[in-house]
Amino acid sequence: MPQDSSININTGGVQQNTYDAIVIGSGISGGWAAKELCDNGLKTLLLERGKNVVHKKDYPTATLAPWEFPHRGKMPLQVIQENPVVSRCYAFSEATEHFFVKDKEHPYIQEKPFDWIRGYQVGGKSLLWARQTQRWSKFDFEGPARDGYAVDWPIRYNDLAPWYSHVEKFAGISGNYDGLETLPDSEFLPAWEMNCVEKDIAQKINAAYKDRNVVQGRCAHLTKPDQIHIDQGRTQCQARSLCERGCPFGGYFSSNASTIPWALKTGNLTIQPESTVHSIIYDDKLNKAVGVRVINTNTPPDGRAGKQATEYFAKIIFVNAACFNTNLILLNSVSSRFPNGFGNDNGLLGKYIAFHNYRGTVSASYDGPVDKYYYGRRPTQPMMPNFRNVYKQETDFLRGYMCFYGAGRGRGFGDGLNEEIGGAYKDALTEAGNWYVSMMMQGETIPKQTNEVYLSKDKKDEWGIPQLVFNVDYDDNDVKSMNDFLTQASEMLDKAGCKNIRQRDSKQAPGLDIHEMGGVRMGKDPKTSMLNAYNQFHNCKNVFVTDGACMTSTSTQNPSLTFMALTARAANYAVEQLKKQNI
Amino acid sequence: MDRREALQRVALIMGGAVIGAEAFLSGCKTTPAKEGLFSVSDVALLDEVGDTILPTTSSPGAKAAQIGEFMKTMVTDCYTEDDQKIFTDGITKLQDAAKKKYSKSFMDLTPEQRTEFLIELDKEAKEKSKEIGARAAKLTDEQRHQITLDKNFGSYKRDPQDDPHYFTMIKQLTLTGYFTSKPGATQALRYIAVPGKYEGCIPYKKGDKAWAT
Repeated sequence: MPQDSSININTGGVQQNTYDAIVIGSGISGGWAAKELCDNGLKTLLLERGKNVVHKKDYPTATLAPWEFPHRGKMPLQVIQENPVVSRCYAFSEATEHFFVKDKEHPYIQEKPFDWIRGYQVGGKSLLWARQTQRWSKFDFEGPARDGYAVDWPIRYNDLAPWYSHVEKFAGISGNYDGLETLPDSEFLPAWEMNCVEKDIAQKINAAYKDRNVVQGRCAHLTKPDQIHIDQGRTQCQARSLCERGCPFGGYFSSNASTIPWALKTGNLTIQPESTVHSIIYDDKLNKAVGVRVINTNTPPDGRAGKQATEYFAKIIFVNAACFNTNLILLNSVSSRFPNGFGNDNGLLGKYIAFHNYRGTVSASYDGPVDKYYYGRRPTQPMMPNFRNVYKQETDFLRGYMCFYGAGRGRGFGDGLNEEIGGAYKDALTEAGNWYVSMMMQGETIPKQTNEVYLSKDKKDEWGIPQLVFNVDYDDNDVKSMNDFLTQASEMLDKAGCKNIRQRDSKQAPGLDIHEMGGVRMGKDPKTSMLNAYNQFHNCKNVFVTDGACMTSTSTQNPSLTFMALTARAANYAVEQLKKQNI
Repeated sequence: MDRREALQRVALIMGGAVIGAEAFLSGCKTTPAKEGLFSVSDVALLDEVGDTILPTTSSPGAKAAQIGEFMKTMVTDCYTEDDQKIFTDGITKLQDAAKKKYSKSFMDLTPEQRTEFLIELDKEAKEKSKEIGARAAKLTDEQRHQITLDKNFGSYKRDPQDDPHYFTMIKQLTLTGYFTSKPGATQALRYIAVPGKYEGCIPYKKGDKAWAT
């Protein structure tokens, strides 16, 4: 029985509500869990709190031209005022707002400022992600143990390498075989090109620094689809760069375009949208989790019709609600065995939250060739893997950052014209302008016990679930790392021949990176971690967490590809254990 | 190109900050947009002002992009109350200035007079932008950081002496609105909805059109 007596339980037909596996959340990792479990013959229930979004059919803005938006993409002031957090997200616009959670709809408590960006729909944020997909290197998995922070990862690069290959072949990752120790190669489709200024700058930086390597970014776009992608119903990326609207070509990887339709084809998947998971049910007699309690998202608030929770049952449960909602569900899953939240014997649930530091950017101009331009809109940009503290500790801050950079031509200014009104001015504005260059950091942050989320004691949401409280901030290490980036990026761009180099600290709150990780970390020791090497709870073997919440540290690479690989690995392990009747 | 970058690019073209940018990016505290800030004749005037800034050349002018209607929509829905007042007061100021100089309303000026008049107004607006820019350049790093923080969390309050000139607003909206309109994007610039591929290096010669997106 649930602990919360305000909820009426509808057990339905237990049999009718019983599956082999339940996956909570249909975003990038939940989609992978569902696919792998279904491929292995498990009858799988995929629960999603948001509305259904069917590939192609539910992308209402996918093919609209700029002039078809009344404000040409910008959001009206009233929407911004009512939803300041989501309005700070670069991808939130008139073209995409229907895929974002509005602040007002799902409140949370910011003990310290935290911009929590969410997408509640089938596919989650896999529709909205920036699609950059780098493997982590051995240095990333070895980092915490070497430098003495967080806890040691229970796995190493070699444990995950075959699973990176597994998910890469299916998702479709473009890139070059660069042969870098700090950035292992993936299974690649052809890379996107650099433009001529990016090539110039890359060559100059690579020549000036032995330890730095500019390469083309790797991204989950089909530059040349393989049969496996055609089988998913996807086609070549058309270089439109309107990805966040949903891609009618299936040009980039999302749950909607890829894993979910694939899992549906097996006949083993049941998707149930508009189902908010309240908690996981733990059975004291069986000593394991037996199912989940679900509230219909459309149930009217308390005081009108009352709340109906429905219970669903399965042998294994994958929690993939996205980092903070996974933490929330687990914290809210109290039982006599786990009075402080699911699996929380050591009191560490919700702690050691970390993210990526995006505060530093540098911009510059470049006297590039006026007779060169580019065609199409590329969905990635060049990048440089971390070069700080790789082989040993050598700076006054821990770990490092990777740099993204890009060059492009703006439009003409009409510079040189005396009069900036009239036909000559207008024609000048229609020409290609000067080259500009920008560089941004993606810094590793150090997970700390004091960076935590926990449940509010008095504030609940419309569904009767406690609101999440955020106590997450930067520290000195982040500021030192950012300052180092600003100095190094400026020096690199200077050596590459850039001019008008300008540094900027955006001072943005944590969260806008949308790379939240931790709270349910993996580790070797049940005393200091929640999950083992297979993302399984140390103290409840039939529950797995494979989204951002499981991460022990953050690396400097984009995390989604690693979430996918961890998920596929854990799901196949779960199937194996189930067959051996170990869980 | 993300929104911040888009704003930076417009700022680059305009040589200054983008009006309403703070609101777009941070959502500062103001009252909701009001209805009925513009009369039919205001929109007609803005069409002509916009069409003087960006007239018909080998491509249609701003009037063909319903630029007056666009300005009305943007100022009504996306400007703060303070900026709305600067803009609507600006319409009156513009008309008064035309009357004073030519003893005629702007609408009754010849195309040459309109151009001559707006060139002067543009210079006046640029002077003001320069002054604002000079003040901004004198800020200490600490002050600058505080302003960034205030803008991030919606507590930024602009010093009235840094209020932009109304013509800067009109010109920015004209440029943004025209180059994202169908005639502007497809005829003045090059717009390809589905490029199909990316090529990193193609030839460009003076006079070739820039990409609209």
